[in-house]
Amino acid sequence: MSELETNIGRKQENKILPLAIKEVSLEISGRRFIKDISTEFSRGGVSVIIGPNGAGKSLFLKLCHGIITPTSGEVVWEGFRGRDCKKYQAMMFQRPTILRRSVIENLLHPLKCRKVMKSDRELRVRELLDQTGLSRLARVSARKLSVGEQQRLALARAWLLRPEVLFLDEPSASLDPSGTYALEGIIHAIEKAGTKVIMTTQDLGQAKRLGRDILFLYRGRLLERATARKFFDSPENDLAQAFLKGELLWWNRKDLTPPRGFN
Amino acid sequence: MNDFMEAFAAAFALIVGLDEYLIEIIVLSLSVSAIAVFIAGVLGLPLGTVLATVQFPGRTAFVVFFNSLMGLPPVVVGLVVYLLLSRSGPFGTLGLLFSPTSMIIAQVILILPIMVALIRQVMDEIWREYAEYFNSIGSTGWQNTKTLLWDGRFKVTTAVLAGFGRASAEVGAVMIVGGNIDHVTRVMTTAIALETSKGNLALALGLGIILLILAVIINICVFAINDWAESHYE
Repeated sequence: MSELETNIGRKQENKILPLAIKEVSLEISGRRFIKDISTEFSRGGVSVIIGPNGAGKSLFLKLCHGIITPTSGEVVWEGFRGRDCKKYQAMMFQRPTILRRSVIENLLHPLKCRKVMKSDRELRVRELLDQTGLSRLARVSARKLSVGEQQRLALARAWLLRPEVLFLDEPSASLDPSGTYALEGIIHAIEKAGTKVIMTTQDLGQAKRLGRDILFLYRGRLLERATARKFFDSPENDLAQAFLKGELLWWNRKDLTPPRGFN
Repeated sequence: MNDFMEAFAAAFALIVGLDEYLIEIIVLSLSVSAIAVFIAGVLGLPLGTVLATVQFPGRTAFVVFFNSLMGLPPVVVGLVVYLLLSRSGPFGTLGLLFSPTSMIIAQVILILPIMVALIRQVMDEIWREYAEYFNSIGSTGWQNTKTLLWDGRFKVTTAVLAGFGRASAEVGAVMIVGGNIDHVTRVMTTAIALETSKGNLALALGLGIILLILAVIINICVFAINDWAESHYE
């Protein structure tokens, strides 16, 4: 991983953080998927969003990234004073969008769209291809890659934009342990370079390994936020405790106490 | 059966001997269809892409409208273009009736809806897949269009070929607006109709064979392009 850090190790400047989420709700076709979430993300470290399926993790990530507009509330980049804060962010989706092109063309595409100089983009891509182990596949159609290789490609493509904030939606979903290990190595290196990583995962071990702080979402609500150590050692919320024990979160369970005002 | 075999032999003789009259008709047919496909492509590509990627009021109505036009009866198109271009029609002063231009106009009207519908379908499929990514990298509308066209180039080509196939096989509309005038507007399909009625089966069959070969070539191209694209990029 040391080689990877040579490229990824370029330190990020702080342009847009902190990110403030102010009473954000999202309603689609009369159903509320995100309910009055308020929180803040500051520079450094990996923030991991966990919760059961349907908790709203991916939607919350997309709201933060600005590709979905909240029904109410505000997503504010406190440090940002310009017009376009998108160029300081990047996102890797749970099902990565792989263009119908070769691997190298997939990597070059966002750089071309962002009008990065030709010499610079070719240098960046060549470096990253070597470091992510994708160079032997550079001319191969990206859609012919295995799932793990596509995940790595998508992460590399997001990272090429050198974002200040990187959103990762279940980056290691459907990866085997060695693929997950390789991916986590890249995420570590990215975080070390000063990029703020906000990610979702279903893998509690991964959340423990990568997370500086943990956000626990359930049915569109942020029930708990704590440092990773505190969350995994002694979660305050009953539902979070049950989730960590691997118990199903049935809403009507009498022995679990939801927070006040939860409906 | 004997007549048929004789006609067949004569037709082959015409084709192999590169009969001047036959070649003239083929060249005119292909030129008219190629120009019509080019114009329909220039109009259809942006129209299909806009219908797939831009949300605007009445978009669904537009899509339904273009889909319905795919089934336009060629003779009706011929009749409408005839009325528009005839001396008493609104464009009568242009003097375009019974010219290759009028045939191109009729063919454009016939194949434009097919190309718009097929291009929209191709673009829509890719757009649904790429939209979140485009949104995430903050690319502009023009950059997105270029990406969609490039990534959909093989399927767009098959849509263009489908348009060409339809245009070159069309008879009703070009017969009405072209008038099937010898050395001016006589194309393969109208010549086949005329020569058959005259009993000149050799020429009709020769042209028929060329049309069939053309249809087969177009289908081979469509299949090969799709197959190649699927094995390389899908």
